[in-house]
Amino acid sequence: MQGASAATAPPAAKVVAPRRSWRAALEPWLVHLVLWPPLLVSVVHIIGFTGYTTWISFTSSTLVPETELVGLRNYSAVLASRNWTIATNNLLIFGAGFVLLTTATGLLLAILLDQRIRAENVLRTIFLYPMAVSFVVTGTVWSWLLNPSIGIQQLVRSLGWEGFRFDWVVDRDMAIYTIVIAGAWQASGFAMALFLAGIRSVDADLYKAAQIDGAGPWRIYRRVVLPAIWPIFIAVMVILLQYTIKTFDLVRALTGGGPGIATQLPSLVVYDLMFQRGLLGRGSAAAVLMLLYLLAVLLPYFAFVQWRKRRGPRNV
Amino acid sequence: MSDAVRRSAPLGRWVIYAVLLVFAGFYLVPLFVTALNSVRTAQDIGSTSVVGWPRDWAFSNFPQAWGSYCVARRCEGISPYMMNSILMVVPATIISTLLGALNGYSISLWRFRGDNWIFGIITLGVFLPEQMKLVPWTLVVRDLGLSNTLTALVVIHVVQGISFTTLFCRNYYVAIPPELLKAAKIDGAGYFRIFWRIVLPLSPPILIVTVIWQFTHIWNEFLYGVTFTSGAQQPVTAALIALSVSVAEAPQYGIQSAAVLIAALPTLLVYLFGGKYFLRGLTAGAVK
Repeated sequence: MQGASAATAPPAAKVVAPRRSWRAALEPWLVHLVLWPPLLVSVVHIIGFTGYTTWISFTSSTLVPETELVGLRNYSAVLASRNWTIATNNLLIFGAGFVLLTTATGLLLAILLDQRIRAENVLRTIFLYPMAVSFVVTGTVWSWLLNPSIGIQQLVRSLGWEGFRFDWVVDRDMAIYTIVIAGAWQASGFAMALFLAGIRSVDADLYKAAQIDGAGPWRIYRRVVLPAIWPIFIAVMVILLQYTIKTFDLVRALTGGGPGIATQLPSLVVYDLMFQRGLLGRGSAAAVLMLLYLLAVLLPYFAFVQWRKRRGPRNV
Repeated sequence: MSDAVRRSAPLGRWVIYAVLLVFAGFYLVPLFVTALNSVRTAQDIGSTSVVGWPRDWAFSNFPQAWGSYCVARRCEGISPYMMNSILMVVPATIISTLLGALNGYSISLWRFRGDNWIFGIITLGVFLPEQMKLVPWTLVVRDLGLSNTLTALVVIHVVQGISFTTLFCRNYYVAIPPELLKAAKIDGAGYFRIFWRIVLPLSPPILIVTVIWQFTHIWNEFLYGVTFTSGAQQPVTAALIALSVSVAEAPQYGIQSAAVLIAALPTLLVYLFGGKYFLRGLTAGAVK
């Protein structure tokens, strides 16, 4: 508001007003015409779409949206289905495994790269390139490597170790871990980049003090650097957790959710219900559940960020 | 920044280098495997494994993958789908970046009542899972008469992308000193003139970040592509999945490797040449 009034009646504009009055008169309208549509489109689509899907999740919609409300029936149907139970279980395994493996690998790489390494840039480029490639591409390539008849198992056997077995991808109990591996391979360079930025931003005086005390490099990391960058740990883990909840393409390309439904994830269940079985109501309920999982991760994180802001800049 | 004071006692340099090189190898394996397979024959791969040096160089995999291999019963290779991806990603990237710059400017510098609320809601769009928007988008696309068209994907990626582009630009523009704008306003400059003359000339760094982010994101996107288009209209990520289905029937891993490599090339090149900006986008998009 203050912006608009300042623009229509600044002292200098009055002086030149007679010469281009039509433009001056048109400008405020034009401003609103340009300023609002993109803002409103994004706001309306975020609120409107979320609201609409939530509403559909309470209706009896199947192939097309219906208006008949059925309460929580879709939710209980989804929650009671074997598909969803497996998907949620997998999400927990995948989430825990992927987050831990990615964080640990990322941190290790960051610390190693921080040792005044030659060719640091080349190595960083190598570690991060998977993030630039589609999950469809990496999932496809990993599916070959993990495929027992043409992948790593076959390679090792052809080298002479005939009894070697690495068939996780077709093993119902182990298939989910192949997704953990491929996911960690894709994202650990990203974790590395975040950790490295954090490590490099630690106050140089802290190092000096620790060195004067005679602490060796690993001790400095353990006692000085890592404690100073703990907020980055939380940020990395939250980012990775929300990746796991949204993961779709990787599984689609690597295992297709199989064998059977052994690597089903919530995102695949939503797609399956909506577009393969034509159950929009249930699919929407599953989508809302996905959103709730996401909020369970993000809301505490936002609260944490706010809390840290309020505590002031004392602790980085 | 503290290079000089740190690392006075380098420990086991060799161990450090060895571990880093092992990891580098691990990261590169899938890329090398794909590159090598792309010039191997199907028999070669079938009789050994996907990891191996080519026995005969089958360079014909590339023209086949590009122009004649059958994807979902259309025997034109992946070139039509690459074209689709280009036709989708170029307009969607440009439009969403421009709108994001405009939004970012409106929110951070022009200011109006409720601007923080609007920004907050737009930021939520960054986190909202795509699955929450599938059904509404289906209806909107149908009502616009855009079912199974690339235009639909452009519209979707523009609207979705605005959340990211606005976030990037807004966070960059808040650092522009308000005095600069005050002075411009006193000189009689309005909304458009300030954007054109002051904000845009300061913007190239963030616009590069935004363009790279949007390009990579939209090129690699799969769920919308496979949901809202079918057959000849699909972008290349969706076509790759269709291709892997036909490959499963009659193993042609060499040709598929070539196709995968071609499909990954645009974003890989963008990454190699704009890595710094790519990383900046990743961190800005993730941490905020």
